[in-house]
Amino acid sequence: MAVTDAPKIITTRFDQPDGHTLDGYLRTGGYAGIKAALAKKPADVVEEVKTASLLGRGGAGFPAGVKWGFCPPGVFPRYLVVNGDESEPGTYKDRLLMERDPHQLIEGVLIACYAVGCSQAFLYVRGEMAFAQERIAAALNEAYEAGYVGKNILGSDFSVDIVLHWGAGAYIVGEETALIESLEGNRGMPRLKPPFFPAAKGLYLQPTIVNNVETLANLPWIISNGGASFAALGAENSRGMRMFAVSGHVKNPGVYEVEFGVTTFRDLLYAPVYGGGIRGGKELKAFIPGGASAPWLYPEHLDTPLEAGVVGKMGTMLGSGAIVVFDEDTDMVKACLRLVRFFARESCGKCTPCREGTSWLEKILERILDGHGRPEDLDLLLDVCDNISVGMNWPPKQTTICPLGQSATTPVASAIMRFQDEFEAYIGAPSEITVEVKGPAFVGPYDAAAKEVASVD
Amino acid sequence: MTDVETSVSITVDGKQVDAKPGELVIDAAERNGVYIPRFCYHHRMEPVGMCRMCLVEVDTGRGPALQPSCMLTVAPDMVVETESPVAKKAQDGILEFLLINHPLDCPVCDKGGECPLQDHTIAFGPGESRFVEEKRHYEKPISISDNVYLDRERCILCDRCTRFAKDVAGDTLIHFQDRGNGTQVNTFPDHPFASYFSGNTVQICPVGALTAKPYRFKARPWDLDVVESTCMGCSVGCRLVVDASRNEVLRYVGVDSDPVNWSWLCDKGRFGFEAVGAEARLSAPLAKDATGTLAETRWADALTAAARAIKTGLDRSGPAGTAVIGGARLTNESQYAWAKLAKGVIGTDSVDAQLGDGLPAAAVAALPQATIDEACAAGGTLLAIGSDPKDELAVLFLRIRDAVTRHQATIVELAPVPTSLTELAAHSVRTVPGAVHETVARIIAGEGDLAAVRDQLAKGPFTVLLGRGSVAESPESVIAAAGALLEAFPDVRFLSGLRRSNVHGSIDFGLAPGLLPGRVSLDDGQEWFSRFWSTVPAETGRDTAGILAAAAEGQIDTLILLGADPLGDFPDRELAARGVAGARTVIAVDTLPSASTLAADIVLPAAGFTEVDGTHTNIEGRLSVVNQKVTAPGTARPDWMIAAELAFRLGADLQLTSVDDIWDEISEISVRHQGITVEQLAAETDGIVLRPAAPAAAPADEVETNAEDAETVADAEAQEQAVAADAADDTAEAEAHEAAATEAQAAAEAGEGDDEADTVDAGPPGPTPVAFTAPAYEAPAVDAYSLRLVTYRKLFDQGTIVQAAPSLAALAAGPAVYANPADLDRLGVSAADRVKITSARGSLATQVKPDATVPVGTIAMAAGQGDPSPSALIDATTAVTEVRVETIA
Repeated sequence: MAVTDAPKIITTRFDQPDGHTLDGYLRTGGYAGIKAALAKKPADVVEEVKTASLLGRGGAGFPAGVKWGFCPPGVFPRYLVVNGDESEPGTYKDRLLMERDPHQLIEGVLIACYAVGCSQAFLYVRGEMAFAQERIAAALNEAYEAGYVGKNILGSDFSVDIVLHWGAGAYIVGEETALIESLEGNRGMPRLKPPFFPAAKGLYLQPTIVNNVETLANLPWIISNGGASFAALGAENSRGMRMFAVSGHVKNPGVYEVEFGVTTFRDLLYAPVYGGGIRGGKELKAFIPGGASAPWLYPEHLDTPLEAGVVGKMGTMLGSGAIVVFDEDTDMVKACLRLVRFFARESCGKCTPCREGTSWLEKILERILDGHGRPEDLDLLLDVCDNISVGMNWPPKQTTICPLGQSATTPVASAIMRFQDEFEAYIGAPSEITVEVKGPAFVGPYDAAAKEVASVD
Repeated sequence: MTDVETSVSITVDGKQVDAKPGELVIDAAERNGVYIPRFCYHHRMEPVGMCRMCLVEVDTGRGPALQPSCMLTVAPDMVVETESPVAKKAQDGILEFLLINHPLDCPVCDKGGECPLQDHTIAFGPGESRFVEEKRHYEKPISISDNVYLDRERCILCDRCTRFAKDVAGDTLIHFQDRGNGTQVNTFPDHPFASYFSGNTVQICPVGALTAKPYRFKARPWDLDVVESTCMGCSVGCRLVVDASRNEVLRYVGVDSDPVNWSWLCDKGRFGFEAVGAEARLSAPLAKDATGTLAETRWADALTAAARAIKTGLDRSGPAGTAVIGGARLTNESQYAWAKLAKGVIGTDSVDAQLGDGLPAAAVAALPQATIDEACAAGGTLLAIGSDPKDELAVLFLRIRDAVTRHQATIVELAPVPTSLTELAAHSVRTVPGAVHETVARIIAGEGDLAAVRDQLAKGPFTVLLGRGSVAESPESVIAAAGALLEAFPDVRFLSGLRRSNVHGSIDFGLAPGLLPGRVSLDDGQEWFSRFWSTVPAETGRDTAGILAAAAEGQIDTLILLGADPLGDFPDRELAARGVAGARTVIAVDTLPSASTLAADIVLPAAGFTEVDGTHTNIEGRLSVVNQKVTAPGTARPDWMIAAELAFRLGADLQLTSVDDIWDEISEISVRHQGITVEQLAAETDGIVLRPAAPAAAPADEVETNAEDAETVADAEAQEQAVAADAADDTAEAEAHEAAATEAQAAAEAGEGDDEADTVDAGPPGPTPVAFTAPAYEAPAVDAYSLRLVTYRKLFDQGTIVQAAPSLAALAAGPAVYANPADLDRLGVSAADRVKITSARGSLATQVKPDATVPVGTIAMAAGQGDPSPSALIDATTAVTEVRVETIA
């Protein structure tokens, strides 16, 4: 077990009853980061964040400081958009950050705006998160009142307006270009990149930085303590601390802030301070390492560190930091259907393969579970997947604009390639798989012994 | 031949091709013979890349990847594979996806046989589907507007119709709703797709999801017999295809004419085909019998009676006793035949194709012309005076809207009440009704806020869209405004806003007082035309208002209504009634019955659009071909044939025996049309733009056509010549003209005078077209105790064609009156009150709706919407219409 004693960075106020208020925030060192930032040149703030090697915490894991640099020079206005539309199944870290420490997020927004040169920021909060919206609204009002947001912040010539915007309940809006469409008042549907890279042509076709809530929440600490202190934590390519949401068949589901890149999956799922092991003393059958879109991992992968690069090479991702655990009793065909159904329902309907393909997958899986499966259905499922995500490879090559459709194919490929026997049990006959699936996480090599433990008796 | 500066070299399927910089891969491939399948992409709209059918494998140096070719701009050395295994697999996959929920009810689908989904499935798709589940179900079909059905099961969600509604028409009334596999196109409750352009969505739908009620289940595409033609519903001149089966016109489909309509049609044009086969069509001649009722008669009897009436009139009052109103419905050739009959045989100049609702023909004829492309130039400026293009020239509105929303054009709008251009305009200036020239004068002087408008106009050559926005005021103010603009900005060009179908042909062919064919004045043309016609009117005749006034006083013996309904259409109802009643004999030549044909003594049934061959002249002066597809009902005949028959019975021979024959004569006699051959007209599907003729006639090989890239330059040169000619020293011009006339005479003598064709070929070019003279005009002072009436047009009205098409008839909004709430408060009138509106001419009882967009002092009422009608208030002889409003106790 390698549970480190690294300091918590962004969840320090989670247990503080008034941590969400301005008083509580100020008492615990709040708004020191923006003061420190305002004493520097914006370019130096960017440098500090680059030094910290802060990776975006939304899913793609792109270095935040580098992303900021993509704005074409001299083009204003620029906007900062906070992606608070956290909707990936199993992911609920941003919700807690918004509910329990809204001022930390606001301070992070201010620092990012100062660094990038934005005079307006939009906080796009998922529609269903009423409590988070209330907390942020209250905190924004306090911050405006106290002069932390608005004109001439803290007496400087730096001014920022922050607009709180509520989503209308669409998963797809977590995709940054769809979020921008929604923010503009349109139906949330992704834009094609290129040409619509937000940093160049984003909100109202102006340069726009879209950052995740957790990413921004790290900024006050980084500026107060220096990028180097942040970079001193974690592993080579995954610096600092990171929040993981553990759910499913563990004893202690919850959000844990752990040292990035050092802690392993086994630590997170089994350490008493974190997941505490599988519920009811059962065996682990599989787990999703990074949100519902991620290809699955299995017991033989438990000692892999939570390190973006390492996990990526295995053919999957840490994504949004959601780890969903399946115990040995889980019906993997049903689990697969549950995940596919989510993506089918949440497809925005724009691209044909995703709109038609995901619901086709859902219908086939329903039919198999209803006892009407045919031996050729597994090949059909995989070929439908192939028509959405070419070659079922990793990183994926998709026939759609955004990765949503491809996300629905990963549980199908994971489940069929690892648990073909469970599908065959429903179908009542053996199947032959001829469709080529390339993603390393889908095809193994698996540890045969581990598979035996995991399979149904 | 490759020009490095202007082309990008890419490889498509192993073949090196030249693409234009900035061109999309899908277009570059198609231009070079490689068709990439597509559903959502439509080259007249912004690409969205959502159907994914056009995925191709593209290597830009980082390895091949699937990319939508409709969203990808060509780049140097790009390698595109449209048929690689990966690309083919993707195309197969997309088609299979599109078909899994498609009902495949092709046997009962209107689109079957001309369906891109069918065609693409055969050309690119997998042979069979692996889908064994239940398909998506919706109620079939639902009505989304008066004329369009939506079958959501057939829909493949390509976003074409929704993009058209939002981006092209600006009528954002159909939307994507719900999501995932449940995504559907629909309207919101109580907000039907009430767009003037709804039929275009049916045309661009790549499946049978959108069908047009007027065409539904009428035919299968393979049974349709088609011919390309030019819409004569208004003066824009949209190119279309007439689809007929078993001698019945079943629909019109827009043709993508680049300089004109870009494949769009308005619903009035598109669904107006129903009027062709309307039961009410006049199909046999009618004449009043002994009891005074109209009864069917033989053509010979009707024509003899008509000729006798004309002769009697000539004997009694001379040529001035005969007058012709109308003719805008006619083809160019029929217009020429009627002009020749009226002016060259009967000898009257009292001929007017406009019904007091347009602008003086001589002024329109003399203004420097612009094309639609010039008016809608990227980054250009369009000054709109008068007409509301959406209601009067609907497809022109789409072109203007595109110029503003996609190509940074600037609109300056001068109008008494808001129009469709108001929301697009950078400057929208409200004018006092009947005094737009005063606003123009203040713009030119740069007074106050209007300095910004002047600065905008001064940025470069601009175009004026010049129309008659309100028939409640005389046109002098508009013409005075045009004159002032021409003087202040010599580079300015004008796009006519006159709306009647071939009104510009009527100006060109002499169906206007004071003009002879070729836009020549009576004086200038007297000698030239005397050589071809047996007579030429010496004195300028009356316009429609003048004709009706004279008729009311008993001075008109024979009134010929050439597809005109003054009783229903003339802005001054009382004058029209007195005029029609006062004429001794009324002869109506028409396709459909109207109030005026019912009042006529003799009715001659005419063949209409789709029943005749010929040509049309549009707002730009563009000549394009009109083709016959079906036969006229009963014994109805082409208008030119009726003219020839009447001439024969008057003892003259028009010597016009076919449409081509007429054109040959036109190209000899009309200085504006000299050298244009029937063959050229047939070859140029985009038409031939006529420019104001320079003093020397253009030889045939210099005729400007749109097929040539050099058009703009050539046009600009011709324009400069024309302007230079206008500005030329009067004396010099007169001398030149005299010299030309002498030469002509000499040539005529040399040719022994009896072989006209030879004479013309060898001879001089003929007379000079009319020049513009700005009228002196002063608007009456505003009467503070009255409201000034503005009477504008709506696309759908009580007009004959609209009302003869069942699908359009109900779209006329009906009468309504609007005034500023402040005025109504001042008058103590509420929206619920019945009021009496009184002018010097008459009065009507109605209700007035408060509308804050109507300026104080103005009251607005649409024309042609039935009773109560503003035509009860308008006096055609006054400059403006002042009305008073009082509540009826």
